[in-house]
Amino acid sequence: MEYLKAEHVSFFYDAAEEGEQAQQVLRDVSMEIGKGEFVALLGHNGSGKSTMAKHFNAMLLPSGGRVYVDKMDTMDENLKYEIRRRVGLVLQNPDNQLVASIVEEDVAFGPENLGVPPAEIRRRVDAALETVGMSEYASHSAHKLSGGQKQRVAIAGIIAMEPDCIVLDEPTAMLDPRGRTEVMETIRRLNREHGITVVLITHYMDEAVQADRVIVMDSGEILLEGAPREVFSHVELLRQHSLDVPQATELLYRLGKAGCTVPEGVLNEEECVAALELLLNE
Amino acid sequence: MVILETKELTYRYGVGTPLEQVAVDNVSISIRRGEFLGVIGHTGSGKSTLIQQLNGLMRPTSGQVLLNGNDIWAEPKKIRAVRFQVGLVFQYPEYQLFEETVFRDICFGPRNMGLSEEEIKERALGAAEFVGLRPELLEKSPFELSGGEKRRAAIAGVVAMDPEVLILDEPAAGLDPQGRDQLLDQIRSYHQKRGNTVLLVSHSMEDIARVADRALVMNRGKAAMLDTVQQVFSRRSELEHMGLRVPQITKIMSLLRAKGYPVSEGALTVDEALRDLLPLLRKRGCVR
Repeated sequence: MEYLKAEHVSFFYDAAEEGEQAQQVLRDVSMEIGKGEFVALLGHNGSGKSTMAKHFNAMLLPSGGRVYVDKMDTMDENLKYEIRRRVGLVLQNPDNQLVASIVEEDVAFGPENLGVPPAEIRRRVDAALETVGMSEYASHSAHKLSGGQKQRVAIAGIIAMEPDCIVLDEPTAMLDPRGRTEVMETIRRLNREHGITVVLITHYMDEAVQADRVIVMDSGEILLEGAPREVFSHVELLRQHSLDVPQATELLYRLGKAGCTVPEGVLNEEECVAALELLLNE
Repeated sequence: MVILETKELTYRYGVGTPLEQVAVDNVSISIRRGEFLGVIGHTGSGKSTLIQQLNGLMRPTSGQVLLNGNDIWAEPKKIRAVRFQVGLVFQYPEYQLFEETVFRDICFGPRNMGLSEEEIKERALGAAEFVGLRPELLEKSPFELSGGEKRRAAIAGVVAMDPEVLILDEPAAGLDPQGRDQLLDQIRSYHQKRGNTVLLVSHSMEDIARVADRALVMNRGKAAMLDTVQQVFSRRSELEHMGLRVPQITKIMSLLRAKGYPVSEGALTVDEALRDLLPLLRKRGCVR
């Protein structure tokens, strides 16, 4: 059953100055994201992936077409509050998202604004920090945390509002490898153990391969869509659009071109080594 | 020939407080004139503290930084001159753009050096070209540029000072793959044309593999490795122990080698891997 649904969505950014043309960022995009699904939106800057994502919690409204969240039309002003409660948004820069100086106060900010009773807030804050693995930092000052820790606190702040769905817009772009791993593990856990629907905007393909489904956007349109294996088997097409392909995938693709019989859509090192061993022992 | 050298360089934060911490711990390294050196390490490994001492922005707690054989702190009043010779581009430098036009922003550095107007203009135009900024962007406000263009403008501001050593801290952070590749290629070609020394700090082993000749690995404040990129990447298990990842292709070839296949350690690109694999596969008749 779909949870998020975009129907023929187009979107224009207004012209900055008179005489300039309004810029079209989305062109007739339709997609459905199921409840509990983990979907990665991949594409380079200007592909429209962030613009699409911001439609899913009514941060942006379509210029044409419709977006539905749990069957609620985002154009309906009266439903905005309900939609925002269901779909939380995590952004790129952790420093821009933390509002309080102490970790647990920051996490409490969302549920406080929702009018949740104090005892319930306490429970939610503890549970949220537990989920992102930051319980021991509850009384620490937020600004002294590492980037990955800050981003996990930002995620805790969202899940304390108990949303059905989290949209993350390049949440690891400013983090180091360790921070990236921490955040990705947290996202996967939210999806698998807590059944939260996840939409992850990224340009890292090693993150996209962890999703159930990948949607590749380019020039405001959907270029490719499918399971990671399927999507990444289109090596040529992805490269034409200046998108990365995992090196494991590329190596086997090029061996295939050289005449070897290779499996399609290999994504990780182990699978690649196994495939190479088969070839070398033939 | 050595251009920049550190001798038992040590930096402590919060000396004399309970929070005292060694950020750079007795580091002695030599950087060669004209080389492209990648600097790798985790957040907290000491790499940022190290590079800020290389251009005299931070003064060592003990030990020395030698530029062309001279201690940069021998005459503290002359430290400004060191900062012109060793140019540092910070992380997210686009946040530091402040002038009315891109061109004026790029001129800021050379103007501080006390150059003539003519020289300033020449350098700014040259720098803009080096980083691939289209001329029509120069008269725009920095705030009208895209993220990638702003990044280039900020880098041009340092390049315009024509430093002997250019240090870039995570220049490609936050850019998409296309923007990243373009910027790294531009830096690489700047290095080749100018022949000066470039230090590039990056979390991305793929980026280092793409552009650098040698790599310095910082770990817990110490210089853990300094060698050719290939040699450094061939020490996969040590790097993984430090929480650093080698490029996927390096790992694949290393795993194959560990299983006894005659492929070399430290492959950096898919092309290099194919160079090893294709002859083996040809022998087995599965490649045309």
